[in-house]
This record gives sequence, structure tokens and C-alpha cells, in this order.
Amino acid sequence: MDASAATVTGDRSVLERSPAARLPDRILKWGLTALAVLILALLVYFFVRLIGESRLAFSKFGLSFIFANNWNVATNTYEAWALVVGTLITSAIALLLGVPVAVATALFLTELCPVRLRSGFAVMVDLLAAVPSVVYGLWGVFFLCPKLLPAEKWFASTFSFIPWIGGGTPTLYNVFIAGLILAIMILPIVSAISREVLTTVPRDNKEAALALGATRWEMMRMAVLPYSKAGIAGGAMLGLGRAIGETIAVVLVVGNAPQIPKHLFNQGYTLAAVIANEFGEASNVAIHSSALFACGLVLFVLTLFVNFFARRIVVRGTTDKRRRRLPRRKGAAKVAAPAVEAGSG
Amino acid sequence: MTVSKLPEISARRRRTDKFMRGTLVAAFVLALIPLVLVIYYLIYKGIGTWSKSFFTTDPNGNFFGYPGGARSAILGSIEIVGLASLISIPIGIGVALYLVEYGKQTAFANFVRYLTDVMTGVPSIVFGLFIYIVLVEAKVGGSGFTAWKGSIAVALLMLPVVARSAEVVLLLVPGSLREAALALGAPRWRVVWRIVLPTARSGLVTGSLLAIARGMGETAPLLFTTAGVFGLTFNLNAQMNAMPLQIYNDILSPRTEVNNRAWGIALVLVTLILILNLLARAVSRRSRVA
Repeated sequence: MDASAATVTGDRSVLERSPAARLPDRILKWGLTALAVLILALLVYFFVRLIGESRLAFSKFGLSFIFANNWNVATNTYEAWALVVGTLITSAIALLLGVPVAVATALFLTELCPVRLRSGFAVMVDLLAAVPSVVYGLWGVFFLCPKLLPAEKWFASTFSFIPWIGGGTPTLYNVFIAGLILAIMILPIVSAISREVLTTVPRDNKEAALALGATRWEMMRMAVLPYSKAGIAGGAMLGLGRAIGETIAVVLVVGNAPQIPKHLFNQGYTLAAVIANEFGEASNVAIHSSALFACGLVLFVLTLFVNFFARRIVVRGTTDKRRRRLPRRKGAAKVAAPAVEAGSG
Repeated sequence: MTVSKLPEISARRRRTDKFMRGTLVAAFVLALIPLVLVIYYLIYKGIGTWSKSFFTTDPNGNFFGYPGGARSAILGSIEIVGLASLISIPIGIGVALYLVEYGKQTAFANFVRYLTDVMTGVPSIVFGLFIYIVLVEAKVGGSGFTAWKGSIAVALLMLPVVARSAEVVLLLVPGSLREAALALGAPRWRVVWRIVLPTARSGLVTGSLLAIARGMGETAPLLFTTAGVFGLTFNLNAQMNAMPLQIYNDILSPRTEVNNRAWGIALVLVTLILILNLLARAVSRRSRVA
């Protein structure tokens, strides 16, 4: 075609590869694209199948599957409000206990800790994420639950005037212990993300605060924390997503009673725990297994929802701040989804 | 002597500063207490159960006498996670290659990125349910619960970890290297195979090791897919034992000897995971120097 280009055979340029030589390139490109499409297809397929399997439960109980409180295997009644509440209560306890400690740890590591010790200490906090959840469950059952029971009894009777928090008789396994173990499990995640976010605070802001006469803490409160608020909130939400879906550690210590906990140290149940605990007996009863699949679906949607918002907040909290940062430091910290290192179920 | 002096920080502000600093240090120490306690109890309770027969016999499920060791659980975990790695690492790196080399910032690539993030957040038990619905209930391969289905469930959990960490590493490969190779006339696949992947090798190894460490500890997906048995088997198309499953079952047992075995297996599991983590750190440290 092009008269100026030297041609070998017909209309092919000398610089052009033969179609046969271009084939591996095409294969690579479309092969890799197919892998990416595969992920999408898998997730959609799973979602559709999960809806299909839980249809029986939803058609029998309707919306009261979620909003009515009556989970009774003996009478084949599956209304999961108590499980939803249990999931929310244990996750809330985990956030209340875990997030302040995680953020404080991150602040300590980025602002106060001597540089020499920093990476070593950070590795130690990250190691909390390397312990599998079944090992936390083991530790919870044989160490934490029996050791904390006297303290819980003392607390419940001393503060019995506070509704729900105090009063009642603590049971060996209860929602507080489950929340406490969840707090330990989300701590490394929230702390790692908070650290990422805190390192993006421009040095100038911090030094300006110090130059104006702020103490170290005032500098953190006025220059560091407001700047990284959104990112930390996103990290906390990722921790929440993790806490909602956590299974094995919770099923071992939450008590597995399908009731709304009457007080802080009472037994409860969560969506994930009910699936793990009742799956074996349910496989022969269609409505029971369908109800468990429906629990899985609720759990799936709940975590999708939480993660969706969390990612948006984290991305917003880290990217446009990096754009605004004036002098790029050498080896700018890479912001990535933190590699979580051990089992979550 | 009239040296102008800055006004002193008021006592109240100094006190607050000291108090808050102390609180931060206390929070850090508080965060480490569970780690120390867990590791202390693992060693204290676990090391005593380690013996020759712990590593050479299988759990036997007898109600009296020696409850058996943990051989089938340890080997089963290695088999299941090994197969899961064979599945998830190539696919994960492939997806990352697509994102870095072809997809870049297109809408579809960003969507895939978002999906891998979503996959990281999906509870592992839900993946277990997926595989149960798709493969176990349908009795794919002739039988219901089999080891390879557990491997696929674990692979699904490892996949986003591999993909996201690989993407970060591949992005660090300088564009000038790729352009130089392309300018010399190398086709794209050769650039990927001979330039991009070797340059990023240590980072890819680090990400994969961390993903393996994560897969090792997963219990919930195995519960619905491999359904532990006591005996040792190398047949991936049969039910298989695994460390997390054996720990879970041992916790639920009323026998103290069996409970103690759970500590022993947990110590093996955590040791393996820590070794994988340390290896990953060692590999990534070496790459930073080079």
C-alpha cells in the first residue's frame, strides 16, 4: 500500500513481524485479559448461585428471615435477626476496643518511636496478623475465657447499674470475649493502614505546628490526625469488614446461642458462626441448608457494602493527599492493599 | 543579661503532652500483650506434645489411650496448600501482568482492580460455601468432599493477595527497561518473559510466600470442601486431613489429651507460617539492596 515503505511480500513492511511471529503476542494479551475476565465471571457466577441456593429460605420466610427473631432448628424456623444483631454487636465491640489501640500504636510507631526500633516494632505488630484464626480460637477457649471469667463477674456485679454493660451472670463463652478476640485480629490491619496514611502527612505541616510552639501531642492532634482522619476511618472500616466475616475464632468463643444477648457477657451467635457450626447437620434438610446459604448471602452483601465504602475512603484519603504533597520524598511510600498474612477463617 | 526568652509552655500543656505520650506507648505495649501471650502459651503447651510419634502417627479417634499424632494433618496441609499455590500464583501473577502491561488505567482494568480488592474482603467462609455449592454438592469428579476442592477454595483466598502484591511489584519495574527491549525489536511476550518478570522476581516471590502463609491457616473454607479424615492419604480426589481442621476438631473434643494435641499442631502451624513470613522478608530485603 504505502509506496514509500520497502515491502517484502505484498503489503508488509520489512520492519513488521510475520503474522506467525505475532501470534505469541496475541496469545499473551488475550490470555491475560481472559484471566482478568475470569475473576469477574467467577464472582458473578458465585453470587448468582448463592442467590439461587438461598431462594428457598427467602421465599418461605420473606424479609422476616432477616428482621424477625426466631432461629429454631427443632421446628425448622429460620429467622436470623439474632444472628445479624450478634454479628453487629461483636464487630462493634471489636471496633471500640481495637481501633483506638491500633491508631495509637500507629501514632507511636510513626511519631514517637526511635527510628532505629521502628521497623522491628512494626514487624511485631504485623505478626499479630500471622497467627491463624483457629489458633486465636484455641487460645481463647483454653486461656482467655477461663482466665477472664472472674474479672467479668466482678465487672458485671460492680457496674450492674449500667444497663446492658453490667448486670447478669457472665457465661464462660460470651459476645464480649468474641469481640475482644476480633479486636486483637483487626488490630494489625487497622494499624498497618493507619501507618500508611500517617506517613503521607507532609513533613511541612508537622514542622509548622512544632515551629508555632506546639508540643508533640498538640502537633499530632492538630496537624497529623485531621490530615489522616479519612484514611484512618477507611482502615477501621476494612477492619469492620474483617470482623463481620470472621468465623472460626468466633464460633469457638461466642457461645452459639441464637438469642439477642441480654447483657455484655451473655452468649450470642453470628452469621458466620452459625454457618460453620450447623453446616454438618444441615446438609440433609433442604430448608436448613438453604437458610445457612441465605446467611452466607447476607454476610457476603454486608462485607461487600462495608468494603466498598472502606476502599473509597482509603483511596481518597491517600491519593489526593499524595498529589498535594509538594516535595516528593525519596522512595515515596507505596500505598497498596496491606498484605494480610494469615488465615481469616 | 537580657536574653529574650520564649514564654515557657504552661504546666497544663506539658502535663497533657506527657500524659498522651505515655498513653501512646501504653497502647503499643497493650497491642503486643496478646502476641506475647499467644506465643508463650503455644510454646508452653505445645512443645510438650512434640515427640517422635507426634510426627509419625496419624490421629486415631480412639476414646482411650494415645490419641495419635499429627502426621496426616501436617502432610495434608502441605498437599492442599501446595496445589492451591500451583493454581493461584500463576493466575494471580497473570492478572497482575494484565493490569500492568495491558489494562493500565482503562475502566475495565480499574474494575478488575476493584474486584480483587473486593475478593480480599470476602469472608473465607463464603468462599467455602461457593465451592460447596459449585463443586461438592454437584459431586464433581465422582465424590463430594475432596482435597482438590479445598485447594481451589484456598486458592480463591490467595488469589487477590498474590495479584495485588504482584501488581505493586510489577509497577516498580522501570518503563525504560521495557522500552529498551522493545526498541531492540523484542516482541511483547519476550519483554514480559525475559525482562519484566525476572526484574520483579524477588518481589513476586515475597508476595507469593505471604499468600501461602495466609492459605496455610485457613480453616473455614476447608470445613465445607475437604472435610477432614484421620488417615493419611496422598489422593487429592479423596477427603484429606489438614492442620487447621484437626486443631478445630481437637478443640471441640472433651478429652484433655486431644486438646493438648491441638496446641502441638498449632505450634507446628504457627512455626511454618512464621518461617514463610521471615523468608518473605528476607527475600524482599535482598531485592531492595540489589
